[in-house]
Amino acid sequence: MTTTIRLQREPFNAADEVAALTRGRTDIGALVTFTGICRAEEGGEPIAALNLEHYPDMAEAEIARHVGAAEARWSLLGATVIHRYGRIAPGEDIVLVVTASSHRQAAFAAAEFLMDYLKTRAPFWKQVEKTSGKSGVEKSWVEAKTADDTAADRWASS
Amino acid sequence: MKVRYFAWVRERVGKAEEEIDPPPDIATVGELVAWLTRRGEGYAYAFENPKVIRSAIDKMHVQANARIEGAREIAFFPPMTGG
Repeated sequence: MTTTIRLQREPFNAADEVAALTRGRTDIGALVTFTGICRAEEGGEPIAALNLEHYPDMAEAEIARHVGAAEARWSLLGATVIHRYGRIAPGEDIVLVVTASSHRQAAFAAAEFLMDYLKTRAPFWKQVEKTSGKSGVEKSWVEAKTADDTAADRWASS
Repeated sequence: MKVRYFAWVRERVGKAEEEIDPPPDIATVGELVAWLTRRGEGYAYAFENPKVIRSAIDKMHVQANARIEGAREIAFFPPMTGG
């Protein structure tokens, strides 16, 4: 299986990553891409940016463990996971998951599995930056959602 | 051993990492948290609700009952919010 895992501050180009994964191959029959994008609001309030903190070596290792788990569970031909860190403005991409397989079921399921685990197990933390009238910038940490834990847990029981 | 803190745990403790030398009777991650809590106000604030704190030993997730013997790096952080 072709695996690419990258953590980077810079933006990525999803189309380039898909091209890199599929170039010269004729065995891939299904390809799923998921892109997580920074919204301009959080909890109903406008935000200026997200700041993503991460635990460098562990984040890569943890993503690799989950890609390995996905590979063990589904017949994948390729997987790419790119996660950005640092300051990300609304409209910019945050995370990319690409999965490739012969038939669609494996690619769909593996992409969802990887995203559910990225949200709850990969050591990244989002901080919201809001512009406030008096003090300029107000920062607050995003709270983990129970719904994300539930989404990740269902893979353990199925 | 090296201890690292992330996100609001780091902000409350007031540092990103430090070298510590806990007494030999501190055997588990949970006991280490209790020991750290006694080191000062920032630590007490960071670990005021130990149930929400996540831990890793040598870059692997662990539970509070994990043994710290032989660990090179222990990390404490809030629930993750990536993706």
